[in-house]
Amino acid sequence: MGLLTFSGGIHPYDGKDLSKDKEIRDYLPKGDCVYPVAQHIGAPAVPVVKKGDHVLVGQKIAEAGGFVSANIHSGISGIVKAIEPRMTVNGTKVNSIVIENDGLFEEIDFTQNIKPLEQMYREDVKDVIKEAGIVGMGGAGFPTHVKLSPKKEETIDTIIVNGAECEPYLTSDYRRMLEVPEKIVTGLQIVINLFDHVKGIIAIEDNKPKAIKVLTDLTKNIDNITVNAVKTKYPQGAERQLIFANTGRKIHSGMLPADAGCIVHNIDTIVAIYNAVIEGRPLYERIVTVTGDAVKDTANFRVRLGTNARELIDAVGGFNIEDPGKIISGGPMMGKAMFTLDVPVVKGSSALLCFKEDIVSEVEPSNCIRCGRCVEVCPGQVMPNKLATLASQGRIDEFLKYEGMECCECGCCSFVCPAKRHLTQTIAGTRKQILADRKK
Amino acid sequence: MEQTMKISSSPHIRDKETTTNIMGQVIVFLMPATIFGVYNFGVRALVTVLITVISCVIFEAGFQKLLGLKVTVKDLSAALTGLLLALNLPPEVPFWLPVLGSFFAIVVVKQLFGGLGQNFMNPALGARCFLLISFTGHMTAFTYDAVTTATPLADLKAGESVDVMSMFLGTTAGTIGETSALALLIGGMFLLVRKIINYRIPVFYIGSFAILILIYSLASGRGLDFSFLMAHLFGGGLMLGAFFMATDYVTSPITPNGKVVFGILLGLLTFLFRIFGGSAEGVSYAIIISNLLVPLIERVTVPKAFGKEAKK
Repeated sequence: MGLLTFSGGIHPYDGKDLSKDKEIRDYLPKGDCVYPVAQHIGAPAVPVVKKGDHVLVGQKIAEAGGFVSANIHSGISGIVKAIEPRMTVNGTKVNSIVIENDGLFEEIDFTQNIKPLEQMYREDVKDVIKEAGIVGMGGAGFPTHVKLSPKKEETIDTIIVNGAECEPYLTSDYRRMLEVPEKIVTGLQIVINLFDHVKGIIAIEDNKPKAIKVLTDLTKNIDNITVNAVKTKYPQGAERQLIFANTGRKIHSGMLPADAGCIVHNIDTIVAIYNAVIEGRPLYERIVTVTGDAVKDTANFRVRLGTNARELIDAVGGFNIEDPGKIISGGPMMGKAMFTLDVPVVKGSSALLCFKEDIVSEVEPSNCIRCGRCVEVCPGQVMPNKLATLASQGRIDEFLKYEGMECCECGCCSFVCPAKRHLTQTIAGTRKQILADRKK
Repeated sequence: MEQTMKISSSPHIRDKETTTNIMGQVIVFLMPATIFGVYNFGVRALVTVLITVISCVIFEAGFQKLLGLKVTVKDLSAALTGLLLALNLPPEVPFWLPVLGSFFAIVVVKQLFGGLGQNFMNPALGARCFLLISFTGHMTAFTYDAVTTATPLADLKAGESVDVMSMFLGTTAGTIGETSALALLIGGMFLLVRKIINYRIPVFYIGSFAILILIYSLASGRGLDFSFLMAHLFGGGLMLGAFFMATDYVTSPITPNGKVVFGILLGLLTFLFRIFGGSAEGVSYAIIISNLLVPLIERVTVPKAFGKEAKK
């Protein structure tokens, strides 16, 4: 058992009140859906449909391009209109399958995928998860079947379900916990049963007492599952910090959670596992929070993957000002600013956050006053001010010596900096460069 | 593409705290000591404070204008340096002295080394020590109630008895802002509560100094002389130094362990200067010498990155 917290971290305004009481509602896309073949870590998927094919909801349209890769399924029924490069939220064009929506949402027969759980071997369950195209839905998008197949299976003793949802403004995991807690518990049990001696932990930040209560009540007679109320502090949901808070075990950037005997899954990933194994449904939808001060209303939508982001904004009544300052895919700390709304919802899209004002463009960096706030809040316990200086001077050897690679790009240092220096950005740029050079 | 929007790298939100805000708060938390200084020494002290603050701001703006740099006096750091320098001056100094001191603090110590965040020693203390060496007479002439007198620490060093309570309240001779331990402690508490400074430097500075004084007290045959200890804690510039000068961000270590080492070093040097040095006071010299060692202290106190002790 860990301390339920970690050292460093920040307490930004969490903005969750905007959308936390909005029940999940279905949003069915009106327009075409777009499926980039690379929306996970690993090899891109390979399209298995061609232009002119008719597809149904839940039909596989692209197949994993390797072991570390994931299948992609259609969220709508209709005709494959094109397979061509389309803009994604990263700002790059990615080969995508475009499906013209016939508006009927005809489904494949999901019951054909269902096998009674007690008749399934562990490998069968993993195959179902692999076939369903499930990836980590917190944003990183690491294929779940790979996570569930660690090199030394016998060393895994803890499955942590990440219900921290530490990013401000996001409420999709919270709504899942309140609305389908039994799916989370069953989904977790499915994962637990893939291993020999494993206990499950559902870790929830203590600013979500309702979710903690619901899940605690539901698991009180289940010996191998505990619900941990972890301290509300960003980035509590960061993998390494979450493992430390719940088990007291530390890993560095070069290690995997499995090296600490842990596997960490996002709430929505666990629900996706439930949907795949119990209901036979592959991953073709996810929860997206639409929120911020620039939209007329907020919502937690269950969205078909591939849906155009603009449709979700229209679904809440549009913007309340003509020209929103910034739109972010994901949370305000680690999300990506979008330069166009014309991108599809993908497996890792957790939110559309719309701000009236872009405060980052309003602040001007000034001299570092060496106040040390960045060092205090850094969960990686490195020296962001020093690293940013070394990074901007191109002093790579020293950057490595001062543990630049241990930065998890959580953004705490940039957030607290009173001189408004873009520390995270500077460090992240150099890290990316070093990682790219290593691959060469 | 019909509509494009602003993009930037994450994070997309920022804390409200700014450099100006921090400097402003330190100035506010120095007000108890400043106001007490004016009450204690009269209007002349107020004039000295104003002259020092204004000349620091003018020197900074003038230097930056002259070199075509961006004028940054709005960040209040020059004003804060001016206030700190004034609080370190005796109340009766001639008015040209703070102007000269301001020039040394802002131009020589701060701007010539690159401006805010680049200076290697505390500008106010650098200037004070410069004045102390160059104009020893003016800088050590203390008057109280219009009578030239010695500071309590000088009395203590001469073996005379001192009134600890008046030292705590501040109704003694000394520099404008250093006499009232009470007023400085009030301001210091605000610095800690508002998280402008970390507890490590003042706690390890005052703590190590107190322990050394007690050891000296035992070794010199006084026994555990607590009034001797209190006189040393409340006398001179210790409280001003420990809370407001040694904690200067730019010239103190940024690493948590470095702050501990820095604090203990300050305690040791202050002890050595006060007990074995020629002058009764040693806080200023202790701080500027320790300032010079900050790069070395930081180098050996780099924190261990999270999880680095773990074995794969």
